[in-house]
Amino acid sequence: MSKSDNISFVRTETLPQVAPPMGEQGIVKWLRENLFATPANAVLTLISLYAIWFVLKSTMPWVFNGVWGTNSLAECREVLDGTSGACFSVLTERWNQLLFGFKYPTVLTINGVETEWSGYWRPMLAFAMMLVALAPVLFFDLPRKLLIVTGLFPFVAFWLIWGGTIWTPILALVGFIVGYLVYAQLVNKSFAAGFFGAVVAALVTWYVGGFIVPLLTPETTFLQAVPSRDLGGYMLNMMLGLTCVSLSLPLGIALALGRQSSMPLIKWICVIFIEFIRGVPLITLLFVANVMLAYFFPPGSGVDLFIRVVIMITMFSAAYIAEVIRGGLAALPKGQYEAADSLGLDYPQAMRLIILPQALKISIPGIVNIAVGLFKDTTLVSVISMFDIVGMIRGPILASTDWNGVYWELFLFACVVFFVVCYGISQYSQWLERRLATDHR
Amino acid sequence: MAETAMKVSDEVAISIQKMNKWYGTFHVLRDIDLTVYQGERIVICGPSGSGKSTLIRCINALEEHQQGSIEVDGTLLSSDLKNIDKIRSEVGMCFQHFNLFPHLSILDNLTLAPIWVRKTPKKEAEEVAMHYLEKVKIPDQANKFPGQLSGGQQQRVAIARSLCMKPRIMLFDEPTSALDPEMIKEVLDTMIELAEEGMTMLCVTHEMGFARQVANRVIFMDEGQIVEQNEPEAFFSNPQSPRTQLFLSQILGH
Repeated sequence: MSKSDNISFVRTETLPQVAPPMGEQGIVKWLRENLFATPANAVLTLISLYAIWFVLKSTMPWVFNGVWGTNSLAECREVLDGTSGACFSVLTERWNQLLFGFKYPTVLTINGVETEWSGYWRPMLAFAMMLVALAPVLFFDLPRKLLIVTGLFPFVAFWLIWGGTIWTPILALVGFIVGYLVYAQLVNKSFAAGFFGAVVAALVTWYVGGFIVPLLTPETTFLQAVPSRDLGGYMLNMMLGLTCVSLSLPLGIALALGRQSSMPLIKWICVIFIEFIRGVPLITLLFVANVMLAYFFPPGSGVDLFIRVVIMITMFSAAYIAEVIRGGLAALPKGQYEAADSLGLDYPQAMRLIILPQALKISIPGIVNIAVGLFKDTTLVSVISMFDIVGMIRGPILASTDWNGVYWELFLFACVVFFVVCYGISQYSQWLERRLATDHR
Repeated sequence: MAETAMKVSDEVAISIQKMNKWYGTFHVLRDIDLTVYQGERIVICGPSGSGKSTLIRCINALEEHQQGSIEVDGTLLSSDLKNIDKIRSEVGMCFQHFNLFPHLSILDNLTLAPIWVRKTPKKEAEEVAMHYLEKVKIPDQANKFPGQLSGGQQQRVAIARSLCMKPRIMLFDEPTSALDPEMIKEVLDTMIELAEEGMTMLCVTHEMGFARQVANRVIFMDEGQIVEQNEPEAFFSNPQSPRTQLFLSQILGH
């Protein structure tokens, strides 16, 4: 055989595909690669299995031996009779308090007449509506017409939960509509004229309406009014979380863009706001909301505690969101700004159509991080004596003679309800990132 | 060449007078005087850092100039945003790195500016977009995303995107510098076709073959100044300034 025969070679037929050898596929392969790859790896696997078994061995009897349906801790202990077991009865017995607080009206009054229905019907309906309202925002493949529900939801939900005269949410809605109409009129002149015109028009509408609404309010309203102090439980956490997240996102975007502005005044206002808010603990801000913020509003206006807390949490998370979005903006190549400019798009168009969609996509993990943190931080309102779920547990429930000492079960429950929502948010954000991945990197 | 050079009109498209620009204290553009007539095809070349990109970026105000005047189609480029947006919508620009919008499909890339800036109805804008996609020979890619296309295809989409705004002037900032050799031709072919239709073009490029074939004027810049300009034949066969001679010997040397 000559040398060149070894080098030159022509394949005349394609080899058929063959399945990999046994032990290189399926569960055996997975076990070998992931759990028993090396002796050290195998030892670690066995130790981990033992640790998992140990934890389950000590907790599972406690969970499965749990008692449901007694009326106090003492009864639980009687039933358990010295064996280890959880006293889950507290959850069923105080279920409504955990979800809605202890002051929310337990009887639904309509037009001042008591009905057979529970008052909890109102927040439950608002919750169901929230799911419908969120759907088109979260899943943009759904028909866009559903956004009408989203737009009306805050006003309807406000009326359902707080009750009182229906004219208050209607006035709020009218203010927004007037603002939008003014914006649509003026925006052709300039964006700034439209924006500030809309703000002024809305404020004027609300100010004037503030005098009219009391005149329209009947003696007994259709739904009994509930003061903010009477809201509580997990409902309060959900309300604060949803309101603050949905408000802080646009505010955060505005702050991030403002911080990049070429106008020094706007830039410095944004920088100072962000740096100040980030330099202060949230609890301090909440105390300010509770005690001091009233000084900043006109005397006698008595701005609601809920609104004051919302303002503080919103400002707090908006400052963080602004920094996350600034990171997203910085990650965009300069060419994107130049391409948008070179096509003749003006600033609002370039931001809305080109820059923000990309910057926000980059910022999704950071924004979700802050949204999840914000939602959990709503439990901090318990320190300013609002009875959210943690406030309820630490206050009325644990302090009662019936349930004094049932820590594990209650806080475990709080963990579970928060975990469900936070894990859901996290999963949604991962889905969103995959859905928006169009760059094919 | 003489035939196409004759087509050039007397109508002034761009008029730059005594234009100066600084980056901080660095004097990038010095006393630039340049008049571009409607239908002219100008190639600007020069060593890197000579200010050629900066010059054409000043024309649609991507860079601000500090002294002198730039007039595009009779509109004076000032700090007035309305004027700037007007000029930008009349002047198309292609970049070295294409700068397509990665989050939008090819079709959306093309229709975005006509819909939002020109207020063209969506359907009409899409028809125009498809027309130009056919012109750059990639109508079948309309629903893909920029990341799925090759560099040459992306640059052709970028050219089509500019054309959708029906510009009177096209600026090219090293359109083939980021491309593999086999893709340069497809982009240059598109540009040649455009030139043959009488588009006013300013092109920063090192493709001297393209300059010879298409340009009616070649400008050589160095150290922020226009050193030499001439018809391509004379420019390449008989450069006057020693700097031009050195530059040409370096890029045509092999």
